[in-house]
Amino acid sequence: MDNDFLTTLLLTFKLAFITTFILLLIGIPLAYFLAYSRFRFKPFIETIVSMPLVLPPTVLGFYFLVFLGTESMIGKFLEQFGIKLVFTFEGLVVGSVLYSLPFMVHPLQSGFQSVPKSLIEASYTLGKSKLETLMKVILPNIKPSILTGIVLAFAHTIGEFGVVLMIGGSIPGETRVASIAIYEEVEALNYDKAGDYALILLIITFLILLVVYTVNKKILKIEDL
Amino acid sequence: MIELNLKKLLNIENKDQTLDIDIKIKTREFITLFGKSGAGKTTILKMIAGLVQPDEGFIKVNGQLWFDKEKNINLPPQKRKVGFVFQDYALFPNMTVEQNIKFGMEKEDKNFLKELLEITELYDIKDRKPVTLSGGQRQRVALARAVARKPDILLLDEPLSALDFEIRQKLQEKLKEIHNRFDLTTVLVSHDFSEIFKLSNRVFVLENGKITRSGKPEDVFVQERLSGKVKFSGEILGIKKDDVVCIVSVLIGGNIIKVIATQEEAKSLSVGDKVVIASKAFNPFILKID
Repeated sequence: MDNDFLTTLLLTFKLAFITTFILLLIGIPLAYFLAYSRFRFKPFIETIVSMPLVLPPTVLGFYFLVFLGTESMIGKFLEQFGIKLVFTFEGLVVGSVLYSLPFMVHPLQSGFQSVPKSLIEASYTLGKSKLETLMKVILPNIKPSILTGIVLAFAHTIGEFGVVLMIGGSIPGETRVASIAIYEEVEALNYDKAGDYALILLIITFLILLVVYTVNKKILKIEDL
Repeated sequence: MIELNLKKLLNIENKDQTLDIDIKIKTREFITLFGKSGAGKTTILKMIAGLVQPDEGFIKVNGQLWFDKEKNINLPPQKRKVGFVFQDYALFPNMTVEQNIKFGMEKEDKNFLKELLEITELYDIKDRKPVTLSGGQRQRVALARAVARKPDILLLDEPLSALDFEIRQKLQEKLKEIHNRFDLTTVLVSHDFSEIFKLSNRVFVLENGKITRSGKPEDVFVQERLSGKVKFSGEILGIKKDDVVCIVSVLIGGNIIKVIATQEEAKSLSVGDKVVIASKAFNPFILKID
């Protein structure tokens, strides 16, 4: 295995880890809001969150370039702070977060909605604040949903192609992730190398999902006792 | 002293109805709200707890205003010292029995925790999770958790309705014991007569959003007790035609009683009707059952 190969794989998983972590931080409050709020424009926000499900990734990537590129207003503004989001790793993270948002928010939202209202009301009448109720009552009781959100977001980030290609390009060690590498190796007729990438991705994603389903079953079993 | 003056527009089965009540409850009193399902009993409890906001009126507990529409006071549920026992118990599945009860305490108090576990007979199962408990045990956990907060009012929303007869009777005793021991003021929602008679000092009958009768249970429910008639109310479970008469099965307090009715009488009856079974001419036997 050469260095390039390892760098690319490491970058792929680094991107997936960071993206999933950020999504968890954003996803919990967002899903909480979508599940419990009676805000009038909620359907509007729900639509925006779900857009990446149906939108071609290239469309998302295109608008990303237009609005965050170095020539755009936001791009120029960010450049003053030394932040560049196009053809950089940071840009990939932002793009991946947007692209995988529904995969984290949807399981969490249905998890929140499945918690009986009386549990939350009971916690309030026992003097616990909304935050304490969220941390001690709601989240511990929707562990399977949290796990599903994490796995889907992680797997989806590893598998993405279009958004990465549009906003990241293929800079080795910076934005060249495995899915892009496979595409390029195939184009260069290096089937062996493409095969290596593909096999590693296949094995690792299989193992992750296997662990998750085993753990999830255990959690459910404990709760069924 | 707890004063409730509440008005709220309710929508029950697509019909608008105004709930309009004015109740005063003395400290350490045990009162029952009685009425058909959908009459707004649970809503009253939720308004006291701060989970539902009344349209108008006020809630005053021991001199402190919890809610006042005019003065724009509305304490959140967290600031109102209530103990709420929900109909489905609402135990936290991720916590053990002990953790559930501790969750209700403002400060951890080991002696009080032990006392609660003992009085509710939960000490031996304090490390178990709610899913492993029976209905009666869950009910006691919910009760202990509500009392753990040392509430100004204990609110019980049909706490025993899901349990069978024997456990219900045992838990009625427990409720009474806990009410007395911790000097609680308790509001119970129930339509079980034996429960109401056993537990409450006063009962309020809620009909069409208003309190239509109130007083001691025996004054409210046994209006004709001097006439010497025997009267039971129950629900029709089945009507069977048998030659010229009909046999009507009536459920009365956990027992099924068969009564003969003429076909003419049976015409006006149907399954699910609430009926009164009365006997005029004969003095009934009284047999002691242990």
